[in-house]
Amino acid sequence: MATPVKVYGPAASTAVSRVLACLLEKEVQFQLINVNMSKREHKSPEYLKIQPFGQVPAFQDDSISLFESRAICRYLCEKHGNRGNKNLYGTNPLVKASIDQWIEAEAQSFNQPSSALVFQLVFAPKFKIKQDEGVIKQNEEKLSKVLDVYEKRLEESRFLAGEEFTLADLSHLPNAQYLVHATDRARGLFTEKKNVWRWWGEISGRESWKKVVDMQNAPPA
Amino acid sequence: MGGLRVHGSPFSTATMRVLAVFHEKELEYDFVQVDMKSGEHKTDKFLALNPFGQVPAFEDGDIKMFESRAITQYLAHTYADRGTQLLFKEPKKMADQSVWVEVEAHHFDKVASKLAWELCLKPMFGMKTDEATAEELKGELGKVLDVYEARLSRTTFISGDAFGLADVHHAPVVHYLMSSPAKEVFVARPHVGKWAEYILSRPAWARVVALQNKE
Repeated sequence: MATPVKVYGPAASTAVSRVLACLLEKEVQFQLINVNMSKREHKSPEYLKIQPFGQVPAFQDDSISLFESRAICRYLCEKHGNRGNKNLYGTNPLVKASIDQWIEAEAQSFNQPSSALVFQLVFAPKFKIKQDEGVIKQNEEKLSKVLDVYEKRLEESRFLAGEEFTLADLSHLPNAQYLVHATDRARGLFTEKKNVWRWWGEISGRESWKKVVDMQNAPPA
Repeated sequence: MGGLRVHGSPFSTATMRVLAVFHEKELEYDFVQVDMKSGEHKTDKFLALNPFGQVPAFEDGDIKMFESRAITQYLAHTYADRGTQLLFKEPKKMADQSVWVEVEAHHFDKVASKLAWELCLKPMFGMKTDEATAEELKGELGKVLDVYEARLSRTTFISGDAFGLADVHHAPVVHYLMSSPAKEVFVARPHVGKWAEYILSRPAWARVVALQNKE
């Protein structure tokens, strides 16, 4: 088999963990290379060569260097179509269109309020930054409205894009994982919706995601 | 072929993103205008097409979709053999373009849409531009376009060595900003300025803009 692919960034980063989940689902061997963000390694000239916006993750395999977690995930699914979970990015164009639609919904509607809440509830206290109750409340309301749409969708469909777990569901794992374990209020946004909570249980219970969470919880190297 | 339908507004950047691809691919379609002023996009009838109550919504026979960037991907793949080629066959070039499709969605659009709202859309709706916010956003846009300048000094287009989907995705917001005081942020960067002018000069884009004048 080819040399392990390289993923740059800490497992704790939501975007990095999105890629790790995909790699594990596709059973592609990888090497996780830490980027010391507290030492601003992600803004160093060498790192900016592989990620010009100075963010994590960055990715390299033997043929290409990429960034943007959702692009990396799509690339992995296209390149390794026959490895691991073959349904991750659909096996025909119509299913793929539905998956793309819900990946965009995650990126355009779910991501912003959930990211804001992850920062406020998880990272701000960790880095001793003052929380903003106004921002928390505003994003809780936004996220709740998004989850209302998901609640309706998941009434008709086991997973977002259809009856199989796909990249569309996987894309949500990183932010939701933090929120469900952050505070009672944040967890409540998910538990108060029957179908969303059922969906969360299924997608977060996957072996691949449990491995990612273990990596996030592992003591620092 | 037949049964291609878009529901939206000719002034909505997301709707225009889809219309641009229709015209680049030379596809015929039915354009159903959604009366956003009267809240048509929040009615149950429309929510059945886009559960987020946003434009555009799209139909291709029995297929129903929302999210402009998913619709454009679907069109580019399904009608690959028609009109302008917007995708690359070579996997590395496709992966490279895919990165910049995400860059538009996550880095460019976040800042540029807000700026287009302040400078162009608010006045259209009789609201006042917040100058301080606009200045701040112009600064942020400048930082993003610095990365674009570096990209465009190595490749002719944002998509890579040929015009493609990642370039088309930018056209609606670039269109608004290039006819506003924010134009200077683009033209201050020579490669970016040339690229912005090029994507707006495409005949397919002119046809999208013409739909606004039919109002």
